[in-house]
This record gives sequence, structure tokens and C-alpha cells, in this order.
Amino acid sequence: MKEYLVFLYRVARLSFYGSARFYAWMGFLTVLVLLGLHAWARQFVEGLQVTGLTNQVSWGAYIANFTFLVGVAAAAVMLVIPAYVYRQEHMHEVVVFGELMAIAVIVMCLCFVMVDLGHPERFHHMIPPFGIFNFPGSILSWDVIVLNGYLLLNLHIAGYLLYCRYRGRKPARPFYIPFVFISIAWAISIHTVTAFLYVGLAGRSYWHHPLVPSRFLASAFVAGPALMILTFQIIRRVTEYFIGDKPLYTLRMIMTVAMIINMFLLGCELFTEFYFPTQHAAAAQYLYFGLHGHRGLVPWIWTAIALDTVGLLLLITPASRRIGWLNLACVTCFMGIWIEKGMGLIVPGFVPTPLGQVVEYLPTWNETLVCVGIWALGALLYSWMLHVAVPIMNGSLRARPADAASLPGDAASVAAA
Amino acid sequence: MNDPGPTPATARSLEEVYRPITRRTFLKGAAASLVGMTGLMAALRPLLELERGEITVDELLQRHYRELTPQELERILRALEEKTAREYGVRPHIRDIRPQPGVEFAYALNLTRCIGCRKCAHACLRENNQSRETPDDIEMSYIRVLELQKGAINLETSNLYYDPERVPQPDKYYMPVQCQQCRQSPCTKVCPVQATWQEADGIVVVDYNWCIGCRYCMAACPYDARRFNYKKPTLPPEAVNPNQSYLSNRIRPKGVVEKCTFCLHRTREGRYPACLEVCPTGARVFGNLLDPDSEISYVLRNKRVYILKEEVGTLPRFYYFFEK
Ligand code: SF4
Ligand code: SF4
Repeated sequence: MKEYLVFLYRVARLSFYGSARFYAWMGFLTVLVLLGLHAWARQFVEGLQVTGLTNQVSWGAYIANFTFLVGVAAAAVMLVIPAYVYRQEHMHEVVVFGELMAIAVIVMCLCFVMVDLGHPERFHHMIPPFGIFNFPGSILSWDVIVLNGYLLLNLHIAGYLLYCRYRGRKPARPFYIPFVFISIAWAISIHTVTAFLYVGLAGRSYWHHPLVPSRFLASAFVAGPALMILTFQIIRRVTEYFIGDKPLYTLRMIMTVAMIINMFLLGCELFTEFYFPTQHAAAAQYLYFGLHGHRGLVPWIWTAIALDTVGLLLLITPASRRIGWLNLACVTCFMGIWIEKGMGLIVPGFVPTPLGQVVEYLPTWNETLVCVGIWALGALLYSWMLHVAVPIMNGSLRARPADAASLPGDAASVAAA
Repeated sequence: MNDPGPTPATARSLEEVYRPITRRTFLKGAAASLVGMTGLMAALRPLLELERGEITVDELLQRHYRELTPQELERILRALEEKTAREYGVRPHIRDIRPQPGVEFAYALNLTRCIGCRKCAHACLRENNQSRETPDDIEMSYIRVLELQKGAINLETSNLYYDPERVPQPDKYYMPVQCQQCRQSPCTKVCPVQATWQEADGIVVVDYNWCIGCRYCMAACPYDARRFNYKKPTLPPEAVNPNQSYLSNRIRPKGVVEKCTFCLHRTREGRYPACLEVCPTGARVFGNLLDPDSEISYVLRNKRVYILKEEVGTLPRFYYFFEK
């Protein structure tokens, strides 16, 4: 126990110790977070009128980002499966970083849900015994459970492994292996349940579609690994932790397969909607070609498809065996899927309205600032976790036998100052 | 990552991190915290503009409508009256009106007679205290009147914002749509906190003090029947209907969903909904389904009845029919 307190104390001190570059980066992110917080405080006081949302399009950028990010969080399994199920040694170098990323991203997801609420101060209405949990009827209730469960699982696994590493102990398998396997199934479930949020709404034909969950998973397993490939390279460049190329190429392979499936499913969707268009194709019509002269999403979706296509071409050709091209593929895939699965999925669900009106939606500045703030918060959180985890992983931060004794000394010096 | 092994000390010595805190680092830390706190305060500044009484401890602790004791409810009603008087300059009378036993309400609308004059949509506003920017801003009305092309029932090509010299236009017909009080209501099914539910007489209501404003129900409703208060309702004192009830037409706080309640504060006391009373053509029929002698039962037995979006499976308590 005492050992653990020493650990926490050292982690806390380490958090505030870093190079000028580290301070600049964290300071920059903090400024963005504060800007976002400011925008959100305005929204809290004035109501959601400061967003671009309307009675007709009642979900927008917040829910779009939420949906996309749940996928990124779920994609941590794409490190966990090769590392634990197929026992690929090289994946063990990075698996913790994937789990930490999942933690940061889930926190972002929860923030995006919070800022979307008209009454965030009534959040406890969802949590028994203070509130009422509409279970099992409401898929949103399911989502709250699975997201928080996933957060706890990853906190436990990553926290436990890092602590063992710090202590120089071998992790005891019963303490984490069962959780690792639960987390694999759980990761799939968070994204499936999130898809069911939409698929369950029979009144919105654009969403009421059995392909949606499969496409969600496929696109998630592109966007998540893409982000990991990019961040792992940053980690190996700016920190003293060595990550070889092998994990990157394993991720590339996963991305490629997932992207092929994603594009195939997209093709199936387009065929169904447009080969013999029914009234239900109006939303797809609006998304891809515009409806009754309203074309707000058309440039976006074609940009996304172009980005996706470039990404796919790079991935399936040998070009992406070179890191430079692979990075380009990651960027295009990540952006493409962010558009396609965010705005491209949420907004057409509301356009046209169930009564046939076309009301377009565009996020406002305030709304955009809130989103930027939450993204910055995620980056801040992830950077901080890496700042602590990397020294543990490379062995420069570890328990010293003398530690238990040294705590009073340290504490005394704090007091003296 | 199983075996830590002896790692060469490639990293900068971390021991540096744990040097005792000197005066210098302490001052630096203090300065940084000061900057941070100032930033945080600045970011949260808008919260200072929160209106007094906007968030009260009582409301934060209030339980769901269906769990309230009569005494608690009584206290809440009085507090709400107080709040309305303070904020809108009119003291309303807010009551809690329960369903009557043996009643299931239903509505039928005669599409042959409706002329699209939108009188019902306006009457709804006057009755139910919805927010409006100008006297004829009907965005928050619970009734949307669609103009349809004769020859089909195609919502896809309907027009909500029609504005001809006279109605009805010869090649058009009109279809008012409001909450269909579905028997299988997707809106109540999806609400994560049960802030919206079906009452014993079939009316779907919202507890505005319980709704968290997630708008999932709006996404779920196939009839565009729900409105969200994106801001605090705008309502001049002369527009306030002071005769209010907790579950229906009291002035809503911002950030919650509202919808048609079949004017339960009227209909549960034997009166007609406001939209029916105002209709100049008598296109609207309202009554108790469980009473075989009611007009609504007669219509459902004898007329050619059409159910909007029957394929969605919501089993509405709202019917359309055709008759000269
Ligand atoms: S019409 Fe919409 S709001 Fe009314 S009961 Fe049906 S789903 Fe709910
Ligand atoms: S907006 Fe309110 S009533 Fe609608 S689903 Fe959310 S909490 Fe329930």
C-alpha cells in the first residue's frame, strides 16, 4: 500500500517535470481546452441555441464526433488481439499505449455526450439510485454501461501492467488475462451498441439498416489503427522508447483488410440506395447529390470518398510499405472516415425530416470550439499518460527498494519549501 | 512487456525529478498555478450570467414525477408558479391533473374537410405557452400542417412553408400532423431516464423537470412531433395562458423536450383540445375510444381510415379519414 502511494507521488511529480517542448505542448493544449470550456460555459448559460441544431436536425457535430470516437476507442482491440490471442511479441511493445489511447478516447466520448445534453446538471438522473435507468429499453442506457465498463477495464489493465512494470514484478496472469479477454468482447460491444443507437430507430430509414453496425466496426478498425500508426511514430521520435516498424506493419495489414471491407459495404449500400431508389433513398440522395436544391453535405461526402479511395489505393499497393506513404494513407483514411461516419452518418438521418422537409445544419463557431476543446482534452490526457508511461516502460522510472523509506523525506522537503 | 529485464539507463536520469523542491521551483510552480487558475476562471466566466433561480437545489434533488408524494408535488407546483411569476410577469395556476379511469383518448382528422388554414397550429401556441419570436412564429407549435399534391400521399414532396393568397389551393390538400400518441411509442422506449411515458389514458407526456435534454426521443419519433427548447422560451406576458398543468402546458425550462399532450389539462376535464375547438371546418374529431357511443368510435367503425406511416408499427391513436 505504501509502495503504491510512493508510486502515485512519483507519478504526480513526474507529471510536472519535462522539457520546454513538453511544457509548450501541454500549455498549448491547455489553452485549447480552456477555450472549449469557455464555449461550453456559454452554451450552458444560453442553451443549445448557440449551436446550429434545430428541431429538425436535433443532433449534430457533438454526436457525430462521439460516434466516430467510440470506434477509435474500440480499435484498441486491434493491438490486444494480436498481442494476447496470437501472442505476437512485437505487439507487446505497444499494447499498453493502445489501451491508454482507449482511455483518453472514451473520456472524450463521455464529454461529447455531456456537452450534447440540454441539462447536464441532471446527469445523475441516469444513475440509480439517484435516477432511473431505462434498462433494457433504452439503447442509450446500454451505451452508458458499456462505455463506462470499457473505461474501467482499460484503466485496470493498463494501470495494473504499468504498476507491475514499475515494481519490476511479473504481472500475475489471473489479475489481467481474464480482463483482457473480456475487454476484447467489450470493445466490439461498445461500437455495436453505439450503432444500435441509430439502427434501432425504425422511423429513420437512413439508419434503420442492418449494415450499419458492420460498417461501424470496419471503419473503426481503419481509423483506430491509422491514429495508432501515427502516434506510435511520434512516441518513438520524441520519447526515449523504442518502437520498431513491425507493430506498424501489423497495424497496416489490419487497416488494409478493414478498409477493403468498409469500401465493399459502402458499395453495397450505394447499390441498394441508388439502383432502384425508393422514397427511403431521399437521405442518401441528399447526402451524395443534394435534395431539392440543398447540397450542404455533397462536397463533404465526396471529399470523404476521395480520401477513402486514396487511402485504400495506397494501402493495397506496395507503396505503403514505405513509412512516408503509409503515413499519408493513415491521414487520408482517418480524415475520410471522420467525415463519412460523423457528419455523413448523423446529419442525413435527419434530412429530410420524417415529414419531408429539408433543413440543413452547419455547426456554429461556439459548437466547433467545444469540439476542439474536447479533442484537445483527449490529446492532453493521452500526452500526460504517455509522459508517465514511457519512463515506466523503458525502465527509467521504477521502484527503488529505498522508496518506502524515502517518502517521509520527500514529504518533509515539500513542507520545508 | 512481460519481462522488464535490465534496461540500460537510456533515459535522462529521472532522479532529477525528485530533487527536493527549492524556493525557485516552488515559485515557478506557484506562478504557473496562478496563470492556470486565472485561465480557468476566465473560461468559466459565462457561468456568472446564470439567472438567479435557474438551477435550484430543490430542482436538483427533485425526484421523478411518478415518485412524488402529493405533498411534494404541491410544493413543487407552488414553486413553479412563483418562478413563472418572477420570470414572465404573470402568476399562473399550475395543477396536476390525473387521467380518468375508463378513458383512452383518440383523435381523428378529416382530410377531405381540412383547408390548411393553420388555425389549429396557432390555437396550439396560445393554449400551450410555446416560445415564439413573433406572434405568428409557429415553429414551436405542436401541429405541423403539410401541403400535399393531390393524387398521392407523398410526404417527401410536401410543403410545410406554403403561403398562398388563399387556402385551399385547388390542386392541393392539407394534412396537419401532431403527436400521434403511439401505442408502441418509440420516443418513450428510447428515453434513457424515463422522462417521457404513456399515461393510463394513452397520452404521452414529458416530465420537464426530469428530462436531461438528450433529444434521443426526437430522433426516434417518426412524426416530427417533438420540439426542443434550445433557449429559454420567449413569451410576452399578454401571451401567457395562466391556466396550466405540470405535465402539459406550463412554461417549459430551456433544454427540455416538449410535445402535444392532447391538451390534457382540458380533455381530462371533459373539454375539447384547443385545436379542435378552433377548427372552422369541423375536420377534427376527438373522444374516448373505450366508449362505443363516442364520435371517435363511430368514425373508426364507419369511415375510410388512414394511418400515417402504418409500416413503422407505432400503432397511433391518431387517425386520418376521408369524407365529404
Ligand atoms: S408521435 Fe412521436 S412523440 Fe408522439 S407518441 Fe409517437 S413517437 Fe412519441
Ligand atoms: S430529451 Fe428528455 S424526454 Fe427525450 S429522450 Fe432525452 S431525457 Fe428523455
